[in-house]
Amino acid sequence: MKTREEIAQALAAAGYIADGELATAISLMQLLRRPLLLEGEAGVGKTEVAKALAAMHDTELIRLQCYEGLDQSAALYEWNYQRQLLSIQAHRGGDADAIEDQIFSEKYLLERPLLAAIRRAKPPVLLIDEIDRADDEFEAFLLELLSDFQVSIPELGTIRATTIPHVVLTSNGTRELSDALRRRCLYHYVDYPDVDREARIIMARIDGATASLSRQIARMVEGVRKEELRKVPGVAETLDWAAALVGIGVHDLLETPETVHETLMCLLKTHEDKSRMSREVTERILGKVA
Amino acid sequence: MSCCGDSPGYDELDEVSRLVATKLAAFLRTLREAGFAVGPREGQDAASLMARGYAEKPGLLRSAFKHLLSARKTDWDRFDGLFDAFWLGKRARSRSLTTGSTKAANSPSLKSLQDTKSQPSASEGATDQVPSADDAPEGRAGEGRMEGASRADNISEVDFRKMADPDQIEAAHEVAARLAKTMRTRLTRRDLARRQGYRLDLRRTIHSNISHGGVPISLVKRQRKEKPLRLVVLLDASGSMSMYTGVFLRFIHGVLDEFREAEAFLFHTRLAYVSDAMKEKDPARALDRLSIMAQGAGGGTKIGESLQTFNRWHAARVLHSRSCVMIVSDGYETGDARLLGREMAALARRCRRIVWLNPMMAWEGYAPEAAGIKAALPHVDLYAPANTLKSLTELEPYLAKL
Repeated sequence: MKTREEIAQALAAAGYIADGELATAISLMQLLRRPLLLEGEAGVGKTEVAKALAAMHDTELIRLQCYEGLDQSAALYEWNYQRQLLSIQAHRGGDADAIEDQIFSEKYLLERPLLAAIRRAKPPVLLIDEIDRADDEFEAFLLELLSDFQVSIPELGTIRATTIPHVVLTSNGTRELSDALRRRCLYHYVDYPDVDREARIIMARIDGATASLSRQIARMVEGVRKEELRKVPGVAETLDWAAALVGIGVHDLLETPETVHETLMCLLKTHEDKSRMSREVTERILGKVA
Repeated sequence: MSCCGDSPGYDELDEVSRLVATKLAAFLRTLREAGFAVGPREGQDAASLMARGYAEKPGLLRSAFKHLLSARKTDWDRFDGLFDAFWLGKRARSRSLTTGSTKAANSPSLKSLQDTKSQPSASEGATDQVPSADDAPEGRAGEGRMEGASRADNISEVDFRKMADPDQIEAAHEVAARLAKTMRTRLTRRDLARRQGYRLDLRRTIHSNISHGGVPISLVKRQRKEKPLRLVVLLDASGSMSMYTGVFLRFIHGVLDEFREAEAFLFHTRLAYVSDAMKEKDPARALDRLSIMAQGAGGGTKIGESLQTFNRWHAARVLHSRSCVMIVSDGYETGDARLLGREMAALARRCRRIVWLNPMMAWEGYAPEAAGIKAALPHVDLYAPANTLKSLTELEPYLAKL
């Protein structure tokens, strides 16, 4: 059982700079054995939390990417039909019961992420990414799995979890999740990091980013986020930009306003936003960075 | 998970823990009244957290409870205030139901937009340049508004209480139900396995024919799956619309009930999210909450700004590719018509269809002259009159085609 400070340190060692509240959430996750539901804008680093968590526990990360139409056969398990058929052909004329026992054995079972997550020797981190993209029906099914941690396969029987995985769910809020699922989970809203934290993230992730440059970049990005943009740049974009600046060999944003404006394309992802961020706007924001 | 109620054996300690438990129960009740989904399990977990030393520092306990007891962004934002008010005796922030819009109103970039607002064009008429008080009661709504341009704040006169007539509610539900039936489903690209379909599902066919030794005797096919259409209604609740808001609120109530996926917003000078308030089981409470939301609006209609708020704070959550946006407004924009045009274009990119229902269209000699409606029309898929429930019913075949 780790304290919150230890958790924050362990996450930092894994390359994720957490705020105090997230450390609390993760300590609660271990204590209450509830899944953690992360919500927030795209690009604030929700998925990274799960990756860092896996690194912290030194365990496997099993990821289930949700999409519209995701069903049990893609999420839980499926029989390997081709191999089953081959086996039937090969044992033609044999004892029917024996063949049946054979083709419905573990060997012919294709493990999908959810089944894999409950059958590991060491509890893995199960990341259920963008749960809001899956259908309501799948959400209901997931709810059942998350409360019982057992799966019944008609041909094989019930499979109980050998270990309870650390479950992290993320949602972008494209669809309202059911109250039942929300209640089942701990809730954490991931916001854009403040200047301090973002500067520390840049320093942790980008080799060669100095403290003063990281801070300048973070302040600049903060300024850009306040502009009226269609697509607000996330942390991933910040890191891209920082990597680009470091790669070009910029040490001080104020000395190279031209380069700053030209590399802003790392942050802006639509034509509209790009035309809105004119040279003057860039210089105005840059003026505040100083 | 064990509870903290284990008796330590000493009467006094027992008494203390009982008091704490009572206080905790009261806090959970407060949260429940504030709309949090908190059940007995959460109560148990909260108690066990207190027993495990999380209660030593208020900040830590608040953070822990916040994760455990809130379930969505609105809960998350309100929690600290509620916690401080209950446990630390500080004054709570007032509960805001229009988080998005208030944020937008405070953001500097939006303010600068308001300042640079262009002069309203002449066709909008003199009343629309001043924030007029839409304080005309239903009875004289028609003429009252046209002269009375006082700057006084509108308090409670936007009368949603008319909704309470049971016959009319029933009629509105009926229309909404019929609409829901015709508009309910849309095809998606995802296939679903069916016995009758247009494409062969090879994998499932092999599976179901294993018992025949792999000879494909019974075929499994795929067909496109039908998914519910989401209807998002934006209702103009400004003074110029006051004769119709009652009718449309009834209609929205029906829509929220009948559609599997529906959301509703009201706007005047600001945008307010009303789905939750309208879903209130107790109709009297729903009306109270709506009336509260109608308050605080000055005069005029800022359709463009309201849409901007919608696009910025709500659209990502509320709209998807199977959404139909229904705007009910007379199109008298007191803000910047160009902004309205821009926001309509942004909205059109995001959703499947935009329907604009305009009650004024039923009037004789009406032409879409106002700058607002002119700017908006190019982005609208269906522009139709609607001033009574009957005219809504007549729209059914057109809406079904969308």
